[in-house]
Amino acid sequence: MIRLEDASLRAGAFSVSGINLEVPTGEYGVLMGQTGSGKTTLLEAICGLRRLHTGRITLAGRDVTRLSAAERGIGYVPQDRALFATMTVRQQLAFALTIRKWRRADIERRVSELATRLGIQHLLSRGIANLSGGESQRIALGRALAHRPPVLLLDEPLSALDEETRIQMTDLLRSVQHETGVTVLHVTHSPAEAQRLAQQLFTFENGALRQRQLEREAVR
Amino acid sequence: MTQTVAHGRESVHSPPRLRSDAPFFISLALMGGLYLLLIVGMLLADVSYTSPNHLLDALRSPPIRYAIWLSLISCSVTTILSLWVAVPTGYLLSRWQRSGRFRALRHVIDASLDIPIVLPPLVIGLSLLILFQTPPGRWIERQTLHWFGTPITYAIPSVIIAQFAVAAAFAVRTMRVTFDQLNPRSEQVALTLGCTRSQAFFMVVLPEARRGILTAATLAWARALGEFGPILVFSGATRMRTEVLPTTVFLELSVGKIESAVAVSLLMVACALVVLVIVRVFGSEDFGKGLTP
Repeated sequence: MIRLEDASLRAGAFSVSGINLEVPTGEYGVLMGQTGSGKTTLLEAICGLRRLHTGRITLAGRDVTRLSAAERGIGYVPQDRALFATMTVRQQLAFALTIRKWRRADIERRVSELATRLGIQHLLSRGIANLSGGESQRIALGRALAHRPPVLLLDEPLSALDEETRIQMTDLLRSVQHETGVTVLHVTHSPAEAQRLAQQLFTFENGALRQRQLEREAVR
Repeated sequence: MTQTVAHGRESVHSPPRLRSDAPFFISLALMGGLYLLLIVGMLLADVSYTSPNHLLDALRSPPIRYAIWLSLISCSVTTILSLWVAVPTGYLLSRWQRSGRFRALRHVIDASLDIPIVLPPLVIGLSLLILFQTPPGRWIERQTLHWFGTPITYAIPSVIIAQFAVAAAFAVRTMRVTFDQLNPRSEQVALTLGCTRSQAFFMVVLPEARRGILTAATLAWARALGEFGPILVFSGATRMRTEVLPTTVFLELSVGKIESAVAVSLLMVACALVVLVIVRVFGSEDFGKGLTP
């Protein structure tokens, strides 16, 4: 699960406080808010890239408030994907596993499994130049999921994609989450995305976080 | 009311027809062209003043061969030392700026690292000379003499230190710009994937900075090759000892052997051109930002 208790954050002139949020294990949480509302900052705090001013973060039953990003065991896809410029797609997918010193054969098996699932086998030997938006997004997703993290944090994963790709990616996100049982927090400014994906919906309004009642049963 | 009038006028007259832009661009080009003419003129004059024979004579002369050898070796050592300092310094400054903490201290350190760029070269040489006359300087000098059998001042180590003092500042600037331009997100993603800071640095940041490193290296090398003022003061101009190519030009000129001075100058021009081409090919335009002295 992803749980924030009484969290407050400060970043320059920006500050929010009293944030409480919980996405139960295996559910798809969506955090909605206008540009500049602090969604990304909050996501960075959950990743461990930014310190909470006060409060507590629990991920998959573990208090990670004081842990570094590396120790939190998460998958993170930033808004700009931030693929590693000097690596092939295969190396990107294998990255977290190489760091964890997996055996070579295991890494190969896992990379091939991910690539097949995400439909990017044909890209494995390529660098990242001239990839389409959808392709980069799939690679970034694969890189984040490779080490089977219990928690996946997505920052505007569907922005800057054309409509058709967005629909494909929405389906992919939903089915990958269903298959892996990973707990997701997906940040977006699009109500349509929230509508399609959210099992838990949170909105940032005027510096406060509210949990919204979903108007429909989540389709699963 | 005014608006209506304005609208009326526009519709009556044809759209404003500006005069041709050609005179504007031609006058700009003329102003810039004068400078280009000066550069090309200097090089052509050098070439016309010398002949293949002069070049060959210069290459045959033992002191000049020694100077070429010393220049190549000392510049290469200086480049390695400069990168060794510039990569960590540039990275720290860039990340420090992003963290936004201790801003005043960062500005002071940042400005201090530019001192060698703005200081007159002779002053750098003089300062180095004085530094190695202080008790700690003398102690270092004695240690070098004991362990390596050579003093620093007026010997080869002083040539490298003089070159390094200036070249490293340029390398630091280049690396700083390089790290500023890299997307910090990929480093952050690496951290979330389980990297320590140093793993993220060596596996993600450093490979992405490779073009900047090459640019920094070539700039440091070129800068070191042209270094003269600090070397003259700190190392002296002793033939077959501390003579590098700029010293050769100076020595040949001082005894009136202009042809030989020009021949050596052309050798250095050739080196500088090769370096410029490397920088242009491998470094993006932005790496040049703020790098000119």
